[in-house]
Amino acid sequence: MAPGRRQFLGINGSGFISSRRRFMQGLAGVAACGTVSGTGAAAPPTPYTPVFFNAAEWNFLLAACDRLIPADANGPGALALDVPRFIDQQMTTPYAQGAQWYMAAPFVQGPDNLGYQLPYPPRDLYRRGIAGMNAHATTRHAKPFAALAPDVQDDLLRAAEGGRLVFGDVPSAAFFDQLLANVMEGAFSDPIHGGNTGLGGWTMLGFPGARADFMDWVDRYGAHYPLGSVSITGETA
Amino acid sequence: MSDDARRLKPVDVVVVGGGWAGSIMAKEMTEAGRTVVMLERGPDRSTAGEGAYPASIDELEANFRYKLFQDLSKSTVTIRNNASQTALPYRRMAAFLPGEGVGGAGLHWSGVHFRMPPDDLRLRSRVIEKYGAKFIPEGMNLQDYGVSYEELEPFFDRAEKVFGTSGEAYKVNGQVVGQGNVFAPSRSDHFPLPPLKDVYTAHLFRKAAAEVGFHPYSLPAANASQQYTNPYGVQMGPCNFCGYCSGYACYMYSKASPNVNILPVLRRHPLFELRPNCHVLKVERDSTGTRATGVTYTDAEGRVVTQPAEIVILTAFQFHNVRLMLLSGIGRPYDPVRNEGVVGRNFVYQNVTTSVVWLDPRVETNQYIGAGGGGVAFDDFNSENFDHGPLGFVGGSPVWVNQAGVRAIAAAHSGGPPGTPRWGSAWKAGMIDTYRHSLRIDAHGANMAYRDVYLDLDPTWKDAYGQPLLRMTFDWKDNDIRMNRYVVDKIGNVAKAMGARNVHLGMREFGRPFDTRQYQTTHLGGGAVMGTDPQTSALNRYMQSWDVHNVFVIGANAFPQGTGYNPTGMVAALAYWAAHHIRTTYLAHPGPLAG
Repeated sequence: MAPGRRQFLGINGSGFISSRRRFMQGLAGVAACGTVSGTGAAAPPTPYTPVFFNAAEWNFLLAACDRLIPADANGPGALALDVPRFIDQQMTTPYAQGAQWYMAAPFVQGPDNLGYQLPYPPRDLYRRGIAGMNAHATTRHAKPFAALAPDVQDDLLRAAEGGRLVFGDVPSAAFFDQLLANVMEGAFSDPIHGGNTGLGGWTMLGFPGARADFMDWVDRYGAHYPLGSVSITGETA
Repeated sequence: MSDDARRLKPVDVVVVGGGWAGSIMAKEMTEAGRTVVMLERGPDRSTAGEGAYPASIDELEANFRYKLFQDLSKSTVTIRNNASQTALPYRRMAAFLPGEGVGGAGLHWSGVHFRMPPDDLRLRSRVIEKYGAKFIPEGMNLQDYGVSYEELEPFFDRAEKVFGTSGEAYKVNGQVVGQGNVFAPSRSDHFPLPPLKDVYTAHLFRKAAAEVGFHPYSLPAANASQQYTNPYGVQMGPCNFCGYCSGYACYMYSKASPNVNILPVLRRHPLFELRPNCHVLKVERDSTGTRATGVTYTDAEGRVVTQPAEIVILTAFQFHNVRLMLLSGIGRPYDPVRNEGVVGRNFVYQNVTTSVVWLDPRVETNQYIGAGGGGVAFDDFNSENFDHGPLGFVGGSPVWVNQAGVRAIAAAHSGGPPGTPRWGSAWKAGMIDTYRHSLRIDAHGANMAYRDVYLDLDPTWKDAYGQPLLRMTFDWKDNDIRMNRYVVDKIGNVAKAMGARNVHLGMREFGRPFDTRQYQTTHLGGGAVMGTDPQTSALNRYMQSWDVHNVFVIGANAFPQGTGYNPTGMVAALAYWAAHHIRTTYLAHPGPLAG
């Protein structure tokens, strides 16, 4: 062995095995704890005061999340998973301000397949999109989106999804796609980001989360994995 | 030379880009006793930092906030389907995901590690021999690489040993030695490690493909199946199928990366200096224009700096290499109207579509288990392994199950079978069923090069440094669509043999243009290709600029047309090949290596 080689050894020379072991030891007995499976009822979200969305926007977000991922026999809905909280918290990250998007002018609209060409980062899409949805709902049904019956809300969401509404210079599909993408992220990302409460999203899907070691399960063909999900901070379900 | 640039002390070699190609070239040049500065525009990265468990396995940050990927806010490309359109900026990550930072795409890649098929290296010659010159469609720029498999074999072997690649050989030194790919050429040695175990879906696919009469084999994977020490003395740990491969720095030190397999040694070498957060603006040339004098870059503090060097090696990602050549005036830019020039010519992609097979709902496919490079493939319809004569198209496609680990947000986005809503209770039911009981089969096909598919500089949009963005003019062509549909059709029989309850055959559709919004693959190629004719290649067969002999350009930009395989194994072999000729010939006799 060359002198000093251990300093760059991948495994034995680093501390990661021991830190991983400590982490996994914290999970001992997890399998026996059982899992929180979907009850079919939408639990109210954890008490939370939004920092980005105003009251009208927040009401829209709660209602839309409840329709996009409803609680049903397959598992919890977006409300019980605190997806609205996740989205509000995301709005204060650089991502929501378009920090990862190329936002240089000019903004020229073209065929859909050449991709997003609006000058709006996610925060602006939410502001304009929610205002547009509520304005449309008020014009058509004399109530904001959140006050409408679920089937009417679904119709409006489908219209937005299909690009059949226009909110100023924001095509409704651009807003809807942004919303749906963030709803999915909120329901299925690590709870460290504010959603997927109780690991309910992962549990209904059968995703073990941060377990990330299947050395002894890779060839257990077709078998159901017995351990519950675990999060980055060690929360288990 | 930019007038206001700070001028640093000259070095022997400057390497632009800290990925696989850059790390290999820097290692080789320091071994040759040369001083090397490596410039990387992104941050420094290491497994102990970006890869540390459990913080690193955060799907939102890794795959949806693109932690290890290119910062598009600073620089991107513009894209159009044809020359009559206005190309528009690729503003958000989607179709392809270039890397950034030390390790480059070699840090976030998955690890499928192939050798280029011998026939692909001389595809034009092979097609003409078998089917005649008239078989090549009008407008297709079919070319040979100008280098043979036999010439590259020692360098494929070297790369596999450095990467710690797991796989099973078919032929070693002409003798059949194992259950590997029957279509693969003979090797000088076995893979350094035995193949990874089959995950369940790959196991089912192997059985079914053999039943149908195809020839399944283990994908060669730069994911270590066992503990391994590479020729540089660096250790890898055995892959535990954690399922966090593509988009992640492997916390197990199992997936080969420049950061794990080369840089730990390079960083300690007294002749080597790594400068992260340094964005190269152009290659400088002397007054004759035929010799590079160094590069000018913007450093971490935003200062413009010139680094003089005897040799400039461009090892950025495929299209960044092409752009740097265009920005620096190295090689003649391609003009598609006059069909002249070479830089930007023969830009290609990869022709990938995915099919989904649903199994009995009592069977759990456990798609969260995975290794990025692992899986099972068959090559019966790849390269020139089958008779194209009656089919009337050029190119082919391996077919495989390559379960790299499907995580939760990705599963939610994939949803249920075609026709399922994207949200609501029906989505939920279809998505859960699909995640738990389905598997995915890819046709990972070649994309040929065409006269009207190319790269040039955009006339409108600029990067954060005021330089024009690269413009891609790209669309799918009839030849490639027909190839995809022919091969994907074969997947139907395999799915049937697996006892599928439902199958979705993912095929390319005629008349549907390239869509920048959907992830396909980051395997872009060409644009500054290698060859033996300076009229049709920007680089000679040693990856050396025909016009500026002390500029070498290493990357998938050198591929004259697409291939069915993943590019990294070929890029690494080309780097070792070029380095060999620089070390054995160029350093003593600087000048053109090919006449």
